[in-house]
Amino acid sequence: MEVFSDLVRFLSEGERWQGNQGIPNLILEHLGYSLVATVIAGVLAVPLALWVGHTGRGDTLLVNVANVGRAIPTFGLILTAFVIFGLGVTPVYIALVALAIPPIVANTAVGVRQVDRDIREAAEGMGMTGWQVLSRVELPIALPLVMTGLRTSAVQVVATATLAAFVGLGGLGRPIINGLAQGVLTNDNARSQVIVGAVLVALLAVLTEVAFGALERVVVPAGLRPGHRAARAAPVGPAA
Amino acid sequence: MSWVLAPGVLAQARRPFPDTDWVGRNLDLIGEKLLEHLQLTALSLLFGLAIATPLAVLAVRFRVLYTPLLAITGVLFTIPSLALFVLILVVLGTGLTITTAVIGLTIYSLLILFRNTVAGLDSVPADIREAADAMGYTRRQRLFRVEFPVALPVIVTGIRIATVTTIGLVTVTALIGQGGLGRLFLDGFRRRNTTELVIGFALSIILAVVADLALLAVQRGLTPWARSRRA
Repeated sequence: MEVFSDLVRFLSEGERWQGNQGIPNLILEHLGYSLVATVIAGVLAVPLALWVGHTGRGDTLLVNVANVGRAIPTFGLILTAFVIFGLGVTPVYIALVALAIPPIVANTAVGVRQVDRDIREAAEGMGMTGWQVLSRVELPIALPLVMTGLRTSAVQVVATATLAAFVGLGGLGRPIINGLAQGVLTNDNARSQVIVGAVLVALLAVLTEVAFGALERVVVPAGLRPGHRAARAAPVGPAA
Repeated sequence: MSWVLAPGVLAQARRPFPDTDWVGRNLDLIGEKLLEHLQLTALSLLFGLAIATPLAVLAVRFRVLYTPLLAITGVLFTIPSLALFVLILVVLGTGLTITTAVIGLTIYSLLILFRNTVAGLDSVPADIREAADAMGYTRRQRLFRVEFPVALPVIVTGIRIATVTTIGLVTVTALIGQGGLGRLFLDGFRRRNTTELVIGFALSIILAVVADLALLAVQRGLTPWARSRRA
């Protein structure tokens, strides 16, 4: 249990809890990056996907977006963005947003597309305009999948932000990358550091998933909560 | 092993891009990394299938198992890959080895393989199952001769998604001393060699797309009936 006692000693040091490299600050940084990237991706991707789904255009494009999104190695994208755009937070945000878009687009568009034709025709028959059909009928029905897309992306962003520590970003990837650099097998302090970062970021990812699940229950109208959501969700890629 | 940006790295002159000379001189290295990438992917998927398939069969037969198994594989899938790899490395003490990488990658493949195999077995129409029973098939015979073949398209779809996902995740294991093509973009990044970085990045995407198409061809070949029905 040496690992454990090292860990306790590591955590009991005062500097772990304050300042830039303190655990609370690392958590906040990580949350900040993830939140900003997910929100930007949502603002860009949801309207686009609603339009694609509503007009029925770009069917093949849609399938390809989901597939290509999965094939791009997130770590490679982070490094490439860094090489293209240089040092700083912006390249990392560009990469995070780019990765967060495909799951949102794919799920949202599928959600709109799968709205029953009868329902859509009934809405048109009631004299709704295209915009009204989209906002009052298609969007509410598609909401569970919109939320699935956002949740998938958010979890992925939390994971990828960890890798971004490699190009100098803060957050919970920091102690992991630093610990690896110091030699995690020989250095007790490095080992503790890596464990703390890894456990916290794992918890953060799981909590993100849970939080979005809760949010979904709040925003999706009761009559639309399907028991088989997972089966219909477009299969989406991994955490980074 | 210093993964962190040394202050000097940025000052270092960037090499010309594209550097075709570098490619010519390092074809062996590229081939080696490609092979390593394939090896890590194949091993992980084989282990993943060996674990997920029996679990799926169990979950279909004993329905109560489905939700907990889905939850467990789901939580594991949610854990960021770097965190999972370093936790395996430290806690299981497997170090910077291929074992660490394969254990982690296998864990990630479980959710996708399990969910799709269950969905595939569930998609077998009840009358087909009853016909097999009426013909005197034992449960095992029915599973292997009827249910698996009928479920094959959905199962292979799961394998395709898991393959593409795994090929992407392999690159992260560059940070724990493995990585296949990911090693190229990590080293290219560290040495400011854009050519090496881009080659690693592009090849890993190409590998994912080619593997996906190859499995699609296998899927079509194995299920000729699905093709003729669609036509």
